[in-house]
Amino acid sequence: MSNIIEGYLGVTPDTRKSRLPARLDWWQSATGLFLGLFMWGHMFFVSTILISKDFMYQVTRFFEGSFIFDEPKPILVSMIVFIVFAIFIVHAALALRKFPTNYRQYKIMKTHTVVLNHDDTKLWFVQAYTGFAMFFLGSIHLYTVMTQADKIGPYASADRVVSDWMWPLYILLLLAVELHGSIGLYRLAVKWGWFDGKNPKAARKRLKKIKWAVTVFFLTLGFVTLAAYIKIGIEHKDNYGERYHPSKIVKMPSCCLHQGGVV
Amino acid sequence: MSNITKGRELTFSILKYNPRDPESRPRFVEFKMYETTGMTLFIVLSKIREEMDADLSFDFVCRAGICGSCGMLVNGKPLLACRTLTADYPDGNIQIMPMPAFELIKDLSVNTGKWMDAMSMRVESWIHTNEVHDISALEDKVDPDIADETFELDRCIECGLCITSCGTALMRPDFIGPAGLNRVARFQIDPHDNRTNEDFYELVGDDDGIFGCMTLLACEDHCPKHLPLQQKIAYMRRKLVSVK
Repeated sequence: MSNIIEGYLGVTPDTRKSRLPARLDWWQSATGLFLGLFMWGHMFFVSTILISKDFMYQVTRFFEGSFIFDEPKPILVSMIVFIVFAIFIVHAALALRKFPTNYRQYKIMKTHTVVLNHDDTKLWFVQAYTGFAMFFLGSIHLYTVMTQADKIGPYASADRVVSDWMWPLYILLLLAVELHGSIGLYRLAVKWGWFDGKNPKAARKRLKKIKWAVTVFFLTLGFVTLAAYIKIGIEHKDNYGERYHPSKIVKMPSCCLHQGGVV
Repeated sequence: MSNITKGRELTFSILKYNPRDPESRPRFVEFKMYETTGMTLFIVLSKIREEMDADLSFDFVCRAGICGSCGMLVNGKPLLACRTLTADYPDGNIQIMPMPAFELIKDLSVNTGKWMDAMSMRVESWIHTNEVHDISALEDKVDPDIADETFELDRCIECGLCITSCGTALMRPDFIGPAGLNRVARFQIDPHDNRTNEDFYELVGDDDGIFGCMTLLACEDHCPKHLPLQQKIAYMRRKLVSVK
């Protein structure tokens, strides 16, 4: 009954305001923080291809439980992606509260952004656009990786990028993620006053500089990484589907065992 | 013979519209004028009304950045016209519009008073206490730092620039806005006010209040009194999000 009372009257049966708006605001920030930091980690993991195929393979095997199991367990990756996907959906649902929801709201916000020419207001619009784009781009990527977690590796990932035609989506997704994430983390810090110190104005200026440095760093790293996968994918096109075998744990013929066993 | 040299020619493009006149259409009207030393927009608008267009409406009271009556959009930026120098516009082209967040009275004149009154009522902008005071006795002492902090927020002149610069307030007219949140913070800090955070939650604990703020921070960047809006809005958010 309390649901009906609050739904129609706007107050709970004890005539208080619902605490839910506070919780929703907190959860929007918490899920955003998780996703922002997760994307930093994710970018470092995928960029291991820049060091070597073997290293990227080892990182992949690590997430498939190589530290416990002998055989790869891609289900572990699927489970991680499922959790991230769930948090992604919750964050998107909560962020929807902030979107312009009709023509008038969109029109005045767009006009205001152009006319006022204020940095943080413009960044908010970038966040709204990239957030909207990620409803689709992010969902496609997350669902693909969640259901094909066994196809992550130096060749499998490169095949997905090139032969499965995911590279256009990844270019857009990379731009959206890195812009949205870095702006979002900056906004989170000023929204809650985490690093205000004694001089919040100076702290904000510092955070803004860090934000741009982070954006440039991760966009550069992302595009160089994507280029590496595209190169491998093109070279591997004729052997589409073949899986990578790391050179360092390739079993040598018995005739060569006296020379060390592995290379 | 005058030895005063003519300054550069300035061009003002001013939005004119009377929403109460069915014949009126919103339009930009151009006025040209020679610049003089120390010229402010107050001087410009007064001269236009005196010499070029007696029908032009705009508001001024103190001419010193204290009363908060003359907020307007100058080349897109919310500013107090009395403190805005034409010398700050090197190309000499200045567009002036009324502040969009408020009810338009006519031309550059908007009803900030109506908005501020409603906000004051909504956040119950007065000291709430059950204590009975003997007005002939000395007042209770207040920690000087807390008094300073309270008076700092009391410096708001209700000019409305923060509301005009706030995209959230423009998009959602029911949003309490930075001026409203600043007012809540002022009473939350004041030890004379006996309201608890639970009480303040009842006033602004929703998406039209503190949780509607999207941290665009244009309020912080355009407040002519340099009030610590970024810091105090974050402070109120932390306080109210932890209300059980």
